[in-house]
Amino acid sequence: MNRHLISAGDLAKDDALLILDTAEELARVSERSIKKLPTLRGRTVVNLFFEDSTRTRISFEAAAKRLSADVINFSAKGSSVSKGESLKDTALTLEAMGADAVVIRHSASGAPYRLATWVHGSVVNAGDGTHEHPTQALLDAFSMRRRLGSLEGRKVTIVGDVLHSRVARSNVLLLHTLGAEVTLVAPPTLLPVSVGAWPCEVSYDLDAVLPKSDAVMMLRVQKERMNAAYFPSEREYSRRYGLDRDRFAKLPDDAIVMHPGPMNRGMEIAAEVADSARSTIVEQVANGVTIRMAVLYLLLGGETA
Amino acid sequence: MSDSRAVLEAPDIHRALTRIAHEILERTKGAGDVVLLGIPTRGATLARRLGERIERFEGVKTPVGSIDITMYRDDLRSGPARPLGRTELPPDGIDGRVVVLVDDVLYSGRSVRAALDALNDLGRPAAVQLATLVDRGHRELPIRADYVGKNLPTAKSEKVKVYLEEIDGRDAVLLMKGGAA
Repeated sequence: MNRHLISAGDLAKDDALLILDTAEELARVSERSIKKLPTLRGRTVVNLFFEDSTRTRISFEAAAKRLSADVINFSAKGSSVSKGESLKDTALTLEAMGADAVVIRHSASGAPYRLATWVHGSVVNAGDGTHEHPTQALLDAFSMRRRLGSLEGRKVTIVGDVLHSRVARSNVLLLHTLGAEVTLVAPPTLLPVSVGAWPCEVSYDLDAVLPKSDAVMMLRVQKERMNAAYFPSEREYSRRYGLDRDRFAKLPDDAIVMHPGPMNRGMEIAAEVADSARSTIVEQVANGVTIRMAVLYLLLGGETA
Repeated sequence: MSDSRAVLEAPDIHRALTRIAHEILERTKGAGDVVLLGIPTRGATLARRLGERIERFEGVKTPVGSIDITMYRDDLRSGPARPLGRTELPPDGIDGRVVVLVDDVLYSGRSVRAALDALNDLGRPAAVQLATLVDRGHRELPIRADYVGKNLPTAKSEKVKVYLEEIDGRDAVLLMKGGAA
């Protein structure tokens, strides 16, 4: 394993499987009455969040605390950053406080990569701009593996706003590494230009892809990033790319439905699909803590360089 | 391999486990409260074998589980992060039971110390005992075994390797001279 987790593409197949297998054992800890392990006692994990994200931050916080690490939360709002401090100066401050790991969420793609060149500890990317969100991809793969078994040869369909989605890119890279076949389905305006170079298929016809899918991952329509006319109307998007009851019926009987959350019910996913027994949406949240424990353990549990 | 010799062969291991199973039955007066917890990987296999024997001898079904100590080790920082083993408790838990920890080799005692810490987070047994297939000495902590398959005097430079049918395809305990891999 690398010292940092910045891109899902940096993980070799063995690394990815080690993280998933470690998470599988750690999942049992969440079922115990004492949900705590002494492993990272004396280590400090800093959550450095320049973008709001309550669920990812508390997920990392819970993971670090269950491993007995000390957690420092640093959010940009009301901090020195709002007074104009640069990322580098913030990094050096954290370094001086003795951070063993920095979990960073930033609106600029590549910020974690820059940060890693400035600090001695491990850097974990918790989402950078429209680039990557590797722990989300890991928890998605973990959720799929728990429901479907091995991912080798499994067909995964990712639907929606791929252009602005760091989840989609990380998932494509990781799932490809794990041997799954990924198909992206989106309106042409919501696909990045570079998608031809990604290790996946692309389709514009959701109805044709659904019957061959083992897992369907619906991406959130990120209204806050919809600053141009990517599609004519929300209703039209929902009609062509939303997972409603009729489309749900076209899936194979054992296929699962996923969503990284938070979801727009009635927009990209119908409420009854989201609440069905084949939806893993709530599991994904619980698995998020587990997979982040595995990542923190594997990055910080051994000797420090 | 000329610099390694078998100190226990398959029949010796079988006899040792049979004796330990009888001793557990004797000391715990029928093993009614006993839970066998093996330390992965080979300790967990030995715990299953002891459980089978106890059931065969007295018809008591003894709960068997495993307890992974990786996250509780005191040497985690001397090497890359290790892969985890499986912790599997019997459905009724360990509260109020007599837990017999099972390991393949007792050496420094540090694994047992870690297992005791792990146990502390899993419940509150009435008592904890220790069974080991081989006790090779050189303890670094005040820990001793209640049931020992074989006391094996060793030099610190030597290595003891336990092979078990279920994992390695054969039963044997090898003593390797210093420097051998």
